[in-house]
Amino acid sequence: MEAIKEHKGLVFPLNRTNVDTDQIIPKQFLKRIERTGFGQFVFYNWRFDDSGNKREDFDLNKTQFEGASILLAGENFGCGSSREHAPWALLDYGFKVIIAPSFADIFYSNALKNGIILIKMEESQIMEWMKQAEDGTFHLSVNLKKQEIQDEEGKVVDFDIPSYHKEKLLNGWDDIALTLLLEDKIQAYEKA
Amino acid sequence: MGNPKTIIEKIWEKHVVHSEEGKPDLIYIDQHLVHEVTSPQAFEGLRLNNRKVRRPDLTYATMDHNVPTKNRDVVKDEISRKQMETLRKNCEDFGIKLADMFHPDQGIVHVIGPQLGLTQPGKTIVCGDSHTSTHGAFGALAFGIGTSEVEHVLATQTLMQERPKTLNVKVEGDLGPGVTAKDLILAIISKFGVRFGTGYVMEYTGEAIHKLPMEGRMTICNMSIEGGARAGLISPDETTVEYLRGREYVPEGEAFEKKAEEWLALATDDGAVYDRTVVIDASEVEPQVSWGTNPSMCVPVGGNTPSLDEVEHKEDVQRALEYMGLQENQPITSIEVDHVFIGSCTNSRLRDLQKAAEIINGRKVKSGVKAIVVPGSFSVKLEAEKLGLDEIFKEAGFEWRDSGCSMCLGMNDDIVPAGGRCASTSNRNFEGRQGNGARTHLVSPEMAAAAAVEGHFVDVRKFKSGVLN
Repeated sequence: MEAIKEHKGLVFPLNRTNVDTDQIIPKQFLKRIERTGFGQFVFYNWRFDDSGNKREDFDLNKTQFEGASILLAGENFGCGSSREHAPWALLDYGFKVIIAPSFADIFYSNALKNGIILIKMEESQIMEWMKQAEDGTFHLSVNLKKQEIQDEEGKVVDFDIPSYHKEKLLNGWDDIALTLLLEDKIQAYEKA
Repeated sequence: MGNPKTIIEKIWEKHVVHSEEGKPDLIYIDQHLVHEVTSPQAFEGLRLNNRKVRRPDLTYATMDHNVPTKNRDVVKDEISRKQMETLRKNCEDFGIKLADMFHPDQGIVHVIGPQLGLTQPGKTIVCGDSHTSTHGAFGALAFGIGTSEVEHVLATQTLMQERPKTLNVKVEGDLGPGVTAKDLILAIISKFGVRFGTGYVMEYTGEAIHKLPMEGRMTICNMSIEGGARAGLISPDETTVEYLRGREYVPEGEAFEKKAEEWLALATDDGAVYDRTVVIDASEVEPQVSWGTNPSMCVPVGGNTPSLDEVEHKEDVQRALEYMGLQENQPITSIEVDHVFIGSCTNSRLRDLQKAAEIINGRKVKSGVKAIVVPGSFSVKLEAEKLGLDEIFKEAGFEWRDSGCSMCLGMNDDIVPAGGRCASTSNRNFEGRQGNGARTHLVSPEMAAAAAVEGHFVDVRKFKSGVLN
């Protein structure tokens, strides 16, 4: 995965709770055997109607949100299935950072393995940003190293992230390569 | 004797390969189950990095999500076919045992694991599927993983995992007559919500849990993920041991008795401390029906959909009612269904089909209702046919299908059309889960069978006693 240290981008507010992975990427798109190209299907049933036309009433389709790369969402984002197609689709669409009051466990680890910065934040702060982001002109800068988020007026909000997750993102570590360094321990376990 | 421990701690501690301050533990995986949807990119990753599967002998694959449940040899969808062919090739190339679409051991991965005895107490079991929690019914630590983790397990037979917190879901009292394991788990999620288990492994405890047969325990552990927990388990007891005796992958004779002793010793010690405990009274649980778009949106069959004035997240409830095509404060028994699905890794085992058949016996599916039964595995199908259950269902007007995930998520042809309404024994009622625009109501097999007959939801307890017929 690619290392990520900081990111500045346009914010898209998705003011819904319990956004499940079936909404992030519906099942009909899980049949592909590649890791790439899922971005076009993200939030498919919210973005497109039955005939495949863009829905006017879903904000992500509006021109002012083109290029959005920071997603704000309600609690328990990514609940449901273990499909890694969900973070693949979000990342391929362009989302590099997701900020929510809480994330589902499997989604969290899947996203982390793909270099998406997931930030847990107080709901009140998120709601404040949701309002500011409504018109599609709101940008935030995320500095992972300093664990800070800054808006364009210079207001800074700190965030927590487990130090191991932070190191992983900053260095773009490949878990398998790291684990294979422990081959002797794995062998010892298998022999015991 | 050291400190009293929970089964979760006992299994975890036995599996730690490496532990370092400030980092997740590296734990060993005893059993890796693989299916066609979440594995192709993992095998591709191995090839790109010139890596092998470390322990093909601890890996077992099947096809379940995409398989057709009628006319099995005709996979109309080209991309589905390619995905299944890819699994076949990957298993050949990497030396992994595969129960393909036509194999007698084929079935939903969470049905065949226990059926074959691959699932055993004390094992760590993973699969690229969130309902892997099902295997926890046997006192295994079993959880769903993403494709990167599938690749990690294939390459190293280990996983990096944060040590989970422990959550005791304490079930007091007994379930009333006609109330099932499905109703209990739906009631638990309805009471505590879809994220009370986030960050925890749940253990279900209490007499009502240990009175359940293994099938009921699997139904409960299966839906742990719908309460946010990656894994849910039940301490092994004699019921667990007897279920496993004689199965293909468990030892025989004395070796089995020795194993059984080890398994029973895994049970949570008296006085063990959990990070958190929640309590539910089983005697208050009634047959449940979900009305909304997540599994916590669920009420007793005698109840109504919520009133908007009385709910906390009004917008979410309004959105859900709108999607479901329901009014606020609408009686559940007034909701008419046009589809009934009996199947899925939650409720497709022989006992589930028997219970549904008892309700159906001699009755007819209401005209205008499309009803299907999809046994969880090829072997469940054969056993059911031996008992004549297929005839009971077919005579009533049900379709009797081949095994697979089917209408639970509609990756094959079994979908509910937009606007259609399904009484389903599956685990998720998310928007579009059973088909774009489809409306799902989660229920037990008995409640689904009764809804098929009446064409709307009814309290199966009245049905059984003959009040309705």
